[in-house]
Amino acid sequence: MSVLVFTENWDGKFKKSSFELASYATKVAEMLGTTATAVSIGNVDDSELKSLGNYGVKKVMCVKNDSLNVHDSQTYTKVIAEAAQKEGAKVIIIANNNTGKALAPRLSVRLKAAIGSGVNKLPLSVNPFVVVKRAYSGNAYAQVALKSDIKIITLAQNSFELIETPNDAAVEAFAPSIDASMVKTQLKDVQKQSGKILITDAEIVVSGGRGMKSADNWAPLSELANLLGAATACSRPVSDEGWRPHDEHTGQTGKIIAPNLYIAIGISGATQHIAGVSSSKFIVAINSDKDAPIFEAAQYGIVGDAAKVLPQLVEAVKELKGK
Amino acid sequence: MKILVCISNVPDTTTKVKFTDNNTKFDANGVQWVINPWDELALTRALELKDNAANGITAVSVIHVGNASSEPTIRKALAIGADDAYRVNAEPTDAYNVAGQISEIVKSEKFDIVFCGIESSDFNGSTVGSMVAEFLDYPSVSAVSGLNIENGQTVITREIDGGKEVVSVPAPFVAIVQKGIAKEPRIAAMRGIMQARTKAIKVSEPVAIDSLTEIVTFELPQPRAKCKMVDAENPKQLIELLMNEAKVI
Ligand SMILES: Cc1cc2nc3c(=O)[nH]c(=O)nc-3n(C[C@H](O)[C@H](O)[C@H](O)COP(=O)(O)OP(=O)(O)OC[C@H]3O[C@@H](n4cnc5c(N)ncnc54)[C@H](O)[C@@H]3O)c2cc1C
Ligand SMILES: Nc1ncnc2c1ncn2[C@@H]1O[C@H](COP(=O)(O)O)[C@@H](O)[C@H]1O
Repeated sequence: MSVLVFTENWDGKFKKSSFELASYATKVAEMLGTTATAVSIGNVDDSELKSLGNYGVKKVMCVKNDSLNVHDSQTYTKVIAEAAQKEGAKVIIIANNNTGKALAPRLSVRLKAAIGSGVNKLPLSVNPFVVVKRAYSGNAYAQVALKSDIKIITLAQNSFELIETPNDAAVEAFAPSIDASMVKTQLKDVQKQSGKILITDAEIVVSGGRGMKSADNWAPLSELANLLGAATACSRPVSDEGWRPHDEHTGQTGKIIAPNLYIAIGISGATQHIAGVSSSKFIVAINSDKDAPIFEAAQYGIVGDAAKVLPQLVEAVKELKGK
Repeated sequence: MKILVCISNVPDTTTKVKFTDNNTKFDANGVQWVINPWDELALTRALELKDNAANGITAVSVIHVGNASSEPTIRKALAIGADDAYRVNAEPTDAYNVAGQISEIVKSEKFDIVFCGIESSDFNGSTVGSMVAEFLDYPSVSAVSGLNIENGQTVITREIDGGKEVVSVPAPFVAIVQKGIAKEPRIAAMRGIMQARTKAIKVSEPVAIDSLTEIVTFELPQPRAKCKMVDAENPKQLIELLMNEAKVI
């Protein structure tokens, strides 16, 4: 019996979210009186694989197979399912990101394992196995009992802290019974933007709405984000207008994020917008209308004109953070 | 080629969420029900594909697992332009069960492309689409923001971290769609509404499939602390608070 955690890599490297998953899996394993094993797919070198051990993982199963260079959900599912069976995994933990959403439900059917998706804290109990998940687009939470023998949890990003428990993880090669003929996904083209902080990874997100008035007014917002090491985001009308790229749109029909700090500038705070950002630890609102609903979701606010307040915030950060 | 669009019946996105029965059931009192926004966009894309005869789409059907009270939502999908509809007469309380029901219909009716939304706005599972694919052992492509048919081959754009990939998979397959799949949802025209009345909703009883989850209770989010206001004349104070009080920068 063990807890299996799938740790995705990005060009051979793990991210903070991978270590969150490892920390979480280690805690769940403690609750069950067992240990956590990670499974990694792709070309990741041993020292990187071993780094998962710093967050309590006892063993890392490492799959290197060129058939897996393209993400094919069907084949990836087979690999993780086989690893789970080999380990006798009772709980499988996966990130609630694009990859996790593609794999966890397939695994659920393959292993007949109940799934708790978008979970943001440890299970409330393991017998019965009850997890808390987001529901009604952030307007509620549901306590869900997972009733199958094997359980799957997809962990919401930035919802669990890193817990360092130094430990020397054993790295083992794992060769699942797959071959190239199983891979149905054919990759034709990849378009990647590099160097940009992803809003789903960012700890701080600075976001602008229609109150920014025009695409030309974004310079101070971007500068503030730069100074804070933050990603930039926007409300839906802003991306619909083409003021900002579509991948920056947050909300129910855009990206759902949970940074430590979300700064909403000129955003009214419609429920569909809040649905994407309500899990942020702190929300700051800057809006010229003191009655804007965003102030109900925020912990800090300034009633004022974005065009005046933003440059002053930029100066204040430069001064106080010594940049 | 035949397309099936899975539609979930959800409370309008502005609904004030409340619960009854000791917080175990959603309070549907006075609630407006709509097609889940993603499913509406998926349906729109399916119809756009059918509009171009060169694509060879012969029919666009919709499926919903739910009881009779959701028929107005199904009718709406027919009014928007779906050719026919399937309803599996079961209370949709568990994703595994819902996906199992859908895959039974796909198996018997042989669809080439199955569209699902990335998540339902009520249960927020993000699970049904990929589950359907695994039940059927079909390929699935997730985070799909574009789908075209070129020379009989489906060309799919999917979102990855910080970019996009263009891929193709052989039919039959499941596409799990998100932002970008269609621009604006197609709206039902008067003619469509009239036609919808005569289109068929094929109702079937559920097959026996286990449910793997059970809602224990719903909770409302903790009310947040009252917003602390900083004077617009002194924005510097905000940065100080974020550094020293919230300790987030
Ligand atoms: C099904 C559905 C899904 C949706 N999904 C999303 C979603 O995912 N994300 C999303 O964002 N929206 C979504 N929407 C749209 C949503 O309802 C709102 O229309 C949208 O969020 C409003 O964007 P906004 O706050 O930028 O603009 P507005 O509502 O126009 O607000 C602008 C704000 O800026 C303030 N302002 C004006 N001038 C200034 C100034 N000089 N300085 C400071 N503040 C100023 C105003 O007081 C106002 O509060 C969805 C809607 C529907 C129906
Ligand atoms: N009861 C249902 N009937 C038909 N399709 C559904 C149902 N529930 C969910 N779906 C489909 O699955 C998608 C994801 O839903 P969920 O897994 O609940 O987040 C939705 O966008 C629909 O396409």
